[in-house]
Amino acid sequence: MTGEQIIFLIVALFTLGSALMVVTTRNLIHAALWLVATLFGVAVIYALLNAGFMAVVQVVVYIGAIAILFIFAVMLTRKDLRDNTPQTNKNWWAGALVAVLTFAGLVFTLQGWSGFSKTAAAIPSGFDAISQLGEQLTSPAAYVLPFEVASVLLLAALVGAVYVAFNKK
Amino acid sequence: MNFWNDPLKVAATWLEGIFTGWGMDAVLAHVLVVFLGVFLLVTILMVLDIFLVWIERKVVARFQDRIGPNRLGPFGLIQPFADIIKLIIKEDTTPDGADKVVYNLAPILSMMSVLILWAVVPLAPVMLGIDLNVGVLFLIAAGAIGTLSIIMAGWSSNNKFAMIGGFRQVAVMVAFEVPMLAMLMIPTIFASSMNMNAIIEAQNIWYFIISPLGALIFLVAAIAELGRAPFDLAEGESELVAGFNIEYSGMKFGMFYAGELLHAFTFGGFWAILFFGGYRFFGLEQVSPFLAILILVIKAMVGYWVIMWVKYTMMRIRIDQMLGFNWKFLTPLSFALVLVTALMNTLLRGADSWLYVTGMFLSNVVVGWIALEIARSVARRERERLEGPTKVVEAQH
Amino acid sequence: MNEWLYVALFIVVGLIIPIGAIAAGFIFGPKKPNPIKQSTYECGIEPVGEAWIQFKAQYYIFALVFLVFDVEAVFLFPWAVKLGQLGLYAVIEGIIFVSILVVGLVYTWRKGMLEWV
Repeated sequence: MTGEQIIFLIVALFTLGSALMVVTTRNLIHAALWLVATLFGVAVIYALLNAGFMAVVQVVVYIGAIAILFIFAVMLTRKDLRDNTPQTNKNWWAGALVAVLTFAGLVFTLQGWSGFSKTAAAIPSGFDAISQLGEQLTSPAAYVLPFEVASVLLLAALVGAVYVAFNKK
Repeated sequence: MNFWNDPLKVAATWLEGIFTGWGMDAVLAHVLVVFLGVFLLVTILMVLDIFLVWIERKVVARFQDRIGPNRLGPFGLIQPFADIIKLIIKEDTTPDGADKVVYNLAPILSMMSVLILWAVVPLAPVMLGIDLNVGVLFLIAAGAIGTLSIIMAGWSSNNKFAMIGGFRQVAVMVAFEVPMLAMLMIPTIFASSMNMNAIIEAQNIWYFIISPLGALIFLVAAIAELGRAPFDLAEGESELVAGFNIEYSGMKFGMFYAGELLHAFTFGGFWAILFFGGYRFFGLEQVSPFLAILILVIKAMVGYWVIMWVKYTMMRIRIDQMLGFNWKFLTPLSFALVLVTALMNTLLRGADSWLYVTGMFLSNVVVGWIALEIARSVARRERERLEGPTKVVEAQH
Repeated sequence: MNEWLYVALFIVVGLIIPIGAIAAGFIFGPKKPNPIKQSTYECGIEPVGEAWIQFKAQYYIFALVFLVFDVEAVFLFPWAVKLGQLGLYAVIEGIIFVSILVVGLVYTWRKGMLEWV
């Protein structure tokens, strides 16, 4: 096992463990903080994959903005929601079954995929991923339309959120 | 290659030679040497931090027409060490009902978010920071962890003031992150790279000269990000007593305090790197790496001094004014500036360098002037709406 | 070697130093807690009620507006990196991209959501 694989296993375990804590902890702020840990673990995995831009964006957008938004949303509630009601209802086995079946399905489908056994090709020296991304995002032959549509999507999100909040007021 | 031309490489090769001589794996030896280097850098930063306490106190004293610490040692230089000893031997109290883990984690993360910023700082031509091609975004990512630490401190203290202070501070920090992100785009456009090293190397002309407005907005956003006056809502002594760190004492408080000072100095450094050429100063940086570091530190100190100057001159402004200022003025202005810069940069590409510099400078001035005119006329209309039209006083005999 | 390893080293050292400082404070500082000392500070009077107070919805709105602009800026960074080698069309694309979001900011402003009331 190479050092990189050991690091990956540790990070993956950390990410999964904190994801489990998000859904099991009873304190909402703790859940939000565990979510931050999960998202940070994902950022580390991006960094391990040499996707530096994705790793930084993961931290900037998910930890810097979305986690903060979650915490603000939790603080809007009146009381700390530490209740003692059970966290699952009597249909928990159905959910567990669907989860296991989905996982089994994924494993089954991906079994034939050759990508697992391949090692990633070395990145050619002087290759700048961000520069490539910038070119692809602006080139009319590539992804300029999705780039502009992303702006429309963000606009829709903003207008929708403001509209909902405005009507509640 | 001798020690005075390239000290890091010489020291690293020497140490790696020793470690591999002991039969250590080459990769492991390399990692260990880098670890020691990072440890050394961070230790130097912490020592510098101790002197920043002294500098801050001396400068505020001069601004307020006082002398400042002058009893312990020459010019009071030993005073900060006395402060440290006091912080260490003070009792660490944990308030009732505090969330212990989060409460103890917050000061550590706060300090860490500042220290990792130095990972991307190029100190000298031979001592570049980590060669990240996302350098400028790394700044914001580290800031995100700092923001989180403030929320954690405010929430876990089980104190209403801490909570309000922390949340206000976070609202301000996230708001001013938008103009800061926009202003980080300006050096990126000029240098065609987000790498700090590339940005410095591309600065044959200081970016301050071709984008003065950008440098100014970056400074304002940086001060807000630091939570210093006039944006120090989290502290607000008169209304919130101390803000998010109210329940902290001893070394945990010390971490917040030291982190704030080092953060201010670091942002002085980033201001120098992004807009004032970093370690470059008319070719002097090529003479010796130590001179290059000295140049960077002096430039960072000047930036830090400007931040202190603003802090001790301006009054604290209210949170509604601050958020209004950001969202209604600074954010539209900074995006307009980015677009104008992008347009001018494309139009003037290939032009003579004097034409390029003049064109960029003038476009900045025009954008700033238009923004101020709009703000002025809006403010006048607002005033007239509230107070009625201004009466013209006729001259009497 | 992956340059993020160096960042990881910075994070590790950045955690060790403050932990060491706080540990020093823990070792050398006195530990004599008492109920008065442990109570939270509230300007000298006994703390009233819980610290978990309800916050204004305004915080949420501002965080939401921030989120949208944050994502927008992140999208613009690759554009800014490549801009030096691209023609005028890329600038126009950027202008369109930002203008669409400015509509959102103006809408939020006109609805009075940018007021801290």
